[in-house]
Amino acid sequence: MHLETDVLVIGAGGAGMYAALEAAKGGSSVILADRSLIGRGGATVMAMMTVAVALGAQTPDHWEYHLADTLAAGHGLCDERLSTILCEDGPRRILELEEWKVGWAREDGHIKQAHAPGHDRPRCAYVDFLRTGPAVSKTLRGRLIGVPEVRRVGDLMIVDIALNADGVACGATAIDMQTGTPVTIAAKAVIIATGGLTRLYRRNSASFNMGGDGYALALRAGAQLIDMEFVQFFPIGHLAPRLVGLDPIMWDPFRYKVGGTLLNGNMEEFEHRYADANKRNDGQYVLTRDLATYAITQEVEAGRGSPAGGAYLSFQHVPESELRRAFGPVIDTLAANGIDLTKQPIEVSPIAHYHMGGVRVDTRFNTGVPNLYACGEAVGGANGANRLSGNGITEAFTFGARAGESAAETVRKSPARWSPEAAAPTLDLLKRRTTKLSANPAELVVELQALMTEKVGPFRTGDKLDSALADVERLTAATGHDPMAAGTPYDPVLLDWLDLRNMLLVAKSVIIAAKARTESRGAHQREDFPGLDDDAWLYNQVATLKGDDLSLEKVPVYQAPPKKVSIPA
Amino acid sequence: MNATLIIRRGEPQKPTTDARFEVPFVPGQTVLDGLRWIRSHIDPSLGFRFACINANACKECMMVIDGGVEYACTTRLHEGEMTVAPLPNKVLISDLVTEIAPPDERLTPKAKVRKAT
Repeated sequence: MHLETDVLVIGAGGAGMYAALEAAKGGSSVILADRSLIGRGGATVMAMMTVAVALGAQTPDHWEYHLADTLAAGHGLCDERLSTILCEDGPRRILELEEWKVGWAREDGHIKQAHAPGHDRPRCAYVDFLRTGPAVSKTLRGRLIGVPEVRRVGDLMIVDIALNADGVACGATAIDMQTGTPVTIAAKAVIIATGGLTRLYRRNSASFNMGGDGYALALRAGAQLIDMEFVQFFPIGHLAPRLVGLDPIMWDPFRYKVGGTLLNGNMEEFEHRYADANKRNDGQYVLTRDLATYAITQEVEAGRGSPAGGAYLSFQHVPESELRRAFGPVIDTLAANGIDLTKQPIEVSPIAHYHMGGVRVDTRFNTGVPNLYACGEAVGGANGANRLSGNGITEAFTFGARAGESAAETVRKSPARWSPEAAAPTLDLLKRRTTKLSANPAELVVELQALMTEKVGPFRTGDKLDSALADVERLTAATGHDPMAAGTPYDPVLLDWLDLRNMLLVAKSVIIAAKARTESRGAHQREDFPGLDDDAWLYNQVATLKGDDLSLEKVPVYQAPPKKVSIPA
Repeated sequence: MNATLIIRRGEPQKPTTDARFEVPFVPGQTVLDGLRWIRSHIDPSLGFRFACINANACKECMMVIDGGVEYACTTRLHEGEMTVAPLPNKVLISDLVTEIAPPDERLTPKAKVRKAT
């Protein structure tokens, strides 16, 4: 099967949907493809949390203050051009969503903004109760339904970007999951909006389809990845008792609303000890994400963990009526899980949540490969070594919109030429699929998640990283060069094999970057190299794939010319 | 603890079979956990949809469990036998996977396959 369009957008989360809307506005026809169902997969729908944006609705604010907080959280590694786009474009997009009736929580006639860690003031909008992601997904999908230039196609797994003889991105090769049929897509510009890589880890807060597809697609197309060592672990991911029907990171907004106390296994508060030592107590919310992750892990290692191996989070000091007001119907979901917050604390521990690294782009969101763009979490650079809470959805909207505009502009000025040869290598790969299974790809995925969790978590050593690299090489050999398949419609074996092909390459890029960075910064903590080393490491690392060879280079951090920003107390 | 999942499997235009799988579990685990365990430990070809794992955000894992329409991600495993089948009112694609996307969000909106039985 062959399809043709002006712009192909890969991934239908917040970034991809925004990119499709803006590309259509720029005069392009669009195919919005998702391996899952439109608006259901990815990270956006899982984001029950807050959206950071300098609206100035709650208290006076300016995007430059938001930028200052974003850069501080990034520990010196942010590409200020991208961080600026995130912070400056944010208010416009959040107000656009408001116009489209997303239903941001309101108070006293204005959009309510909560105070999240790392921010100098209340800045985070949200939709009650824990509905931010689903509400945003539904609203954007609703807008798309009214745009005839955009064709939405679910169950379409993109296998590779197609490059023509001039090295220009001219479409992609895919598999129609429903039938197993290969599909070629001619596109004058292609946008990668596939999100991050949290599925590399056993416990994670994103979707099954977040295995870093877009990073692998970009690498194989000749684009570069930046900052791959920086995986954000969310400190208070739900651990125990078993909780289903809710996002595992759902506790955080309630901490903003009613307070919640972190306790170690001895029922002692401990956050202040780490905050004081790091002088990062902002007076409002004790620890930023990287420090809270550190604090909980240290307590567990010192033998002061909770029974399941994390920390307790207690709301027992909060009156029942206040809990009901803050949690709304979520109280009933908790009750269905046997959890009564007035009677028991729950257990939490760090969980893979977001990837700061990603595809290296310029300010038009071009990847360096002509006519290939990236946006959203798939892009690296805006958040440096640690992302400020609330910046994820803002990044999806602002970068998605910009990438969509850029792609439409390219379609008008310098469209790519499709050639059938561009799809040939990937069609050959798919033809080699075999139903003789030399291994179980689903089991190999589980092994990969285990090794990444144990050896490439937030706290790393050179030895563990070496061992992880050897494990990845072993799993790569077991995966082989020819796709394994069940030969059925909606082929789970082929899907797992194609995922493994991507996940192993992406895992390797994380491990080699983590191994090279012999210091501790933000989300990357080396137990064998504690502390910052600005002389050697105030640099970004960039990964490039040539053949099977994945190489790394150090590049200077882009910094804007000095500019004085005065922040009122 | 073990649960026995009796899963209706098949492809369009072919007879369906009921396959039995023993899955270990601890109380609190879900049918989706069991299905994923089967895929990584016994049979990688078992087809079912899911995206968000256990948050009940993506709503992709709807199927018939013990005779009722349920989400696999929030239905708990229990000891003894449980039956699992694809949605009866949707076109079957394979095993527990049915065509649940609206027609205008599919590549092949008029897939010529019979309904699941």
